[in-house]
Amino acid sequence: MALETAYIQENLSKKFGNNVLNFEMKRDIFSFEATSETIHEVIQTLKEDESLNFHFLTDLTGIHFPDNDDDHQFAVVYQLHNWIENVRIRVKTYLPDPAEVATITDLFLCANWMEREAWDFFGINFKGHPQLKRILNMDEMVSFPMRKEFPLEDSGRTDKDDRFFGRTPVKSQMDNSTL
Amino acid sequence: MSDLLLPPEHRYAKIIEQSRNEDGSEFSILNLGPTHPATHGIFQNILLMDGERILDAEPTVGYIHRAFEKIAENRPFYQINVLTDRMNYCSSPINNMAWWMTVEKLLNIEVPKRAQYLRVIVMELARITDHLICNSILGVDTGAYTGFLYVFQFREKVYEIYEEICGARLTTNMGRIGGFERDWSPKAFELLNTFLEEFPVAWKEFENLFERNRIFIDRTVNVGPITAEKAMQYGLTGPNLRAAGIDYDVRVAQPYSSYEDFEFTVPVGKSGDTYDRFCVRNAEVWESLSIIRQALAKLPEGPIHADVPDYYLPPKEDVYTNMEALIYHFKIVMGEVPVPVDEIYHAVEGGNGELGFYLITDGSRTPYRLKFRRPCYIYYQAYTEMIKGGMLSDAIVILSSLNVIAGELDA
Repeated sequence: MALETAYIQENLSKKFGNNVLNFEMKRDIFSFEATSETIHEVIQTLKEDESLNFHFLTDLTGIHFPDNDDDHQFAVVYQLHNWIENVRIRVKTYLPDPAEVATITDLFLCANWMEREAWDFFGINFKGHPQLKRILNMDEMVSFPMRKEFPLEDSGRTDKDDRFFGRTPVKSQMDNSTL
Repeated sequence: MSDLLLPPEHRYAKIIEQSRNEDGSEFSILNLGPTHPATHGIFQNILLMDGERILDAEPTVGYIHRAFEKIAENRPFYQINVLTDRMNYCSSPINNMAWWMTVEKLLNIEVPKRAQYLRVIVMELARITDHLICNSILGVDTGAYTGFLYVFQFREKVYEIYEEICGARLTTNMGRIGGFERDWSPKAFELLNTFLEEFPVAWKEFENLFERNRIFIDRTVNVGPITAEKAMQYGLTGPNLRAAGIDYDVRVAQPYSSYEDFEFTVPVGKSGDTYDRFCVRNAEVWESLSIIRQALAKLPEGPIHADVPDYYLPPKEDVYTNMEALIYHFKIVMGEVPVPVDEIYHAVEGGNGELGFYLITDGSRTPYRLKFRRPCYIYYQAYTEMIKGGMLSDAIVILSSLNVIAGELDA
């Protein structure tokens, strides 16, 4: 029998109570949130529970939400895949600034570089990571470039001002605009 | 002491200091790369060596990091496509198509069958060129230059097909949201048919040159093996995973672009060593050829793009002659088309594994967040473990057989 989303929700809710929330089907992927305190255990359960068996970590990444409240400034997104049943799942955990969450390198070896990338670009600290240092940017860098407050280009430039091209600025740029 | 290369506090420097042998010999450090010819791209491995045996390795990546994800956050959909083909430039059309399919999934666009089949053809051609480069370069790294020269001409022939379809050869920027810009010309099909006639003969000879070659077998069998369990742990996908014995293929697991209409097998290996990876890629080339033939045989007539004027960039001749097309052209180029608020993940079987796009939109003209799941980046972590305990010459062939593309690794 195929792995039903209702079963996943029931199984996790029974074990983690209110620490897992906002279950919903987002297009073709079942998604939910877990609190940062329980995310490691939730992923461990998803991986090791034989009835769930999400044994493959497809992707792990960070997202910055500067418009959110203080407790939801960052999100770490985990995309897991059960190859036997061919079911994908997405788990998110929201973090305040400064962001800190337990590493899952003990569960998936591939999480190592993914977490280093999230640290490098967003400054999300993964507690217990064996080698949390920059990976794609240079070591001397002090900013976390994928955060929304860092513009792609020099903010002093006027020759590429969107207003002169009749375009609507990006929402995040409108909010932080100094123009 | 090799302190010329590393600062004294580096863990390798300490290991060398502590393990000085009685006869005065010591471990040494070797920088494999960043621009070594055998790395086929710019990335470095700092190797701790005992003579010619590798004790440990520390990979350093990011030399050509171009911040594609940040750039994508500032661009409308059409301008993001040119970033995707610069990731894996050995099989650019797969990346292009993967991006269009992600956008189409976001916008709920149904692509006509003809366009889907043409996409399959071009994606399989791209897979052939990707495998062709990987396997022939593996030959070069074991000392056989002939095979490389022999089959490389066929990559040029595939590039001529690309050129006929879209005008570009390497960074193709092929397709549109909803399908293709124009139907393929008769010459494109002509070139494709010639390729299908000539290439299999050369590929068979290429296989014969290597698969039972004593030197090649000695250099690759039991070199850099990885178990199925470890492969999953390290996030390996594509031929590298299948060589370890797991038949996971996105084309079968979650078919896209009508892959369910075609019959093909997923080749798997047993031991996950360098030889198996070579053989799996060889076998996949035959499967790709078979898929192309099936797609050509069943190619339906009909439109080559979906009827979505809000998103489909009109052909240039219409833009110059038709007012409606001109308006849509400007609206699309300026990014003034409606984009829903949504969150999706779409994956395809890239040349070397699961290529995924995780896209979050907030209703503005650019993605709020776009994450490229780059297969190379994820599985390259396994390289350290695969070369530990082996000889330096093994490290070279293992790297070749993994097919790590620097552009995709760093993005």
